[in-house]
Amino acid sequence: MLKLYDYELSGNCYKLRLLLSFLGVEYKSELIDFYPGNQHKSPEFRQINPLGQLPVIDDNGLVLRDAQAILVYLASKYDPSCKWYPRDNPEMLGQISQWLAFADGITGTASAARLHDALFYNHIDVEAARAGAHRLFRVLDEHLFFAEEAGQDWICPGDHPTIADIACFPYIMLSEEGGIPRIDYPAIRRWSDRFKRIPGFTVMSGVFPAGPAAKDSSKAVA
Amino acid sequence: MTCNDRILIDDWHVVADLDQLLQAGSCKTYLLGVEVAVTAGRDGQVAVTLADGKQQLPCQIKYGFVWTSLGSPERETIHIPEAFEDDRYIISGGSFPVKVSGLRVVENFLDMGHFPFVHNGWLGEEPHTEVAPYEVELTEDNEIIATECYFHQPVASPTAEGGIEVEYKYRVYRPYIVALYKTNPLYPDRKDYIVLFIQPVGPEECVVHNMLCYIKEGMKEPDIRWFMQLIFAQDKPILENQIPRRLPLDPRAETPIRADKVAILYRRWLRDHSVSYGAIPATEA
Ligand SMILES: N[C@@H](CCC(=O)N[C@@H](CS)C(=O)NCC(=O)O)C(=O)O
Ligand SMILES: [Fe+2]
Repeated sequence: MLKLYDYELSGNCYKLRLLLSFLGVEYKSELIDFYPGNQHKSPEFRQINPLGQLPVIDDNGLVLRDAQAILVYLASKYDPSCKWYPRDNPEMLGQISQWLAFADGITGTASAARLHDALFYNHIDVEAARAGAHRLFRVLDEHLFFAEEAGQDWICPGDHPTIADIACFPYIMLSEEGGIPRIDYPAIRRWSDRFKRIPGFTVMSGVFPAGPAAKDSSKAVA
Repeated sequence: MTCNDRILIDDWHVVADLDQLLQAGSCKTYLLGVEVAVTAGRDGQVAVTLADGKQQLPCQIKYGFVWTSLGSPERETIHIPEAFEDDRYIISGGSFPVKVSGLRVVENFLDMGHFPFVHNGWLGEEPHTEVAPYEVELTEDNEIIATECYFHQPVASPTAEGGIEVEYKYRVYRPYIVALYKTNPLYPDRKDYIVLFIQPVGPEECVVHNMLCYIKEGMKEPDIRWFMQLIFAQDKPILENQIPRRLPLDPRAETPIRADKVAILYRRWLRDHSVSYGAIPATEA
């Protein structure tokens, strides 16, 4: 069975738990003691990922690291509808890749600030990380605003969310734990409310389910 | 803000997890608004000083944590028999900084009412939101004990398989130290034990250190940490959004729903001991 090297409080691991849940793919979590055990930096774990980072998957002997790379792999392999990663559509693939790279930028800023505030990563320049996150959030908020104007619900065109939405979602939702408020990003808020109503959505600690009001107006995403 | 509460100044507080300290070699942190430096020498000897290095503070290692005091401690750190039972794991679930008064963390820990909402699907589930009546007392040792606390929990522990009726016992030892005993799903006659050693960093800021004493049988160490962190990370955003960040001690300050029986006694006990650090004293409110 597909194995996910997993840590509950990691937003990058959560990206994969989300996609697997949306697709209904069974998997087994192998818990890594990221904090306080620092197990991802142990010699044993570096055999699995020399970068000493989570997440990693092992799918029948294929070992992959990097949340975005794994999203591409899992969606290509396990989504027969091809909607999460439309592999025959070059325009979409280009845009998805652009936002996957953007998502890694969110990890480098919003997630870094959270590690500083929540897990004692004292060496991080937290002010720079917060400022960087705000710059990215501003860009995404504007993008989503114009997308909505064009009748588009998701980061990339089309009527179905893609792995780009999944990659951006976790560390935006956890930003307040890093001292990054989101009140100035209304289009991001509307987008995240829509995201929470995708069938199969699951939470992680620190991310809350859609409110009851949202439930009433829920529209199924095929 | 400096602290003027003798009861806190002259008591022991945790300022570091020993394992983390030994990895880092040294760390700086705040206790009651005062910056302190904690260092581990090459011989493993641990010392705590004021951050300017001018004054050595009392220091002891207990339960895998470094304890210190800003004054002259008049009593020992608490004694926890469970920590010496061979058939239990004794582990830290990780130290977590939280931007709220530590007194708020204690009160949240004592409150079963939030289970179905904050820990939905784990420690409670809607519509089972009612907290049944339970017993509370102030003991001769000046501790608060709440007993006969029952709650139905879908996933009560890392090893739970299906929902069970859990019995809790709560215990407040000191203003910033609180513990619970809860039914072990495999051994209904024994209880797992969790204690929070809360480090008051500032009046509206703390670090929550914890020690988990789980019965080993049927349990794996990584699962204990996983479960503790899962639950604690659900509480954290709720705690950090509490307004005000300090705990109001005026009996009229907050609605009686939140401040139920044990919380009412806790607040009164804090008033009686003139604990004001991390609180909004009754006269001010
Ligand atoms: N680009 C990587 C970044 C992964 C990452 O930052 N992982 C964190 C946990 S969420 C980690 O393992 N950090 C430890 C480190 O970077 O040393 C990805 O998207 O998977
Ligand atoms: Fe809680």
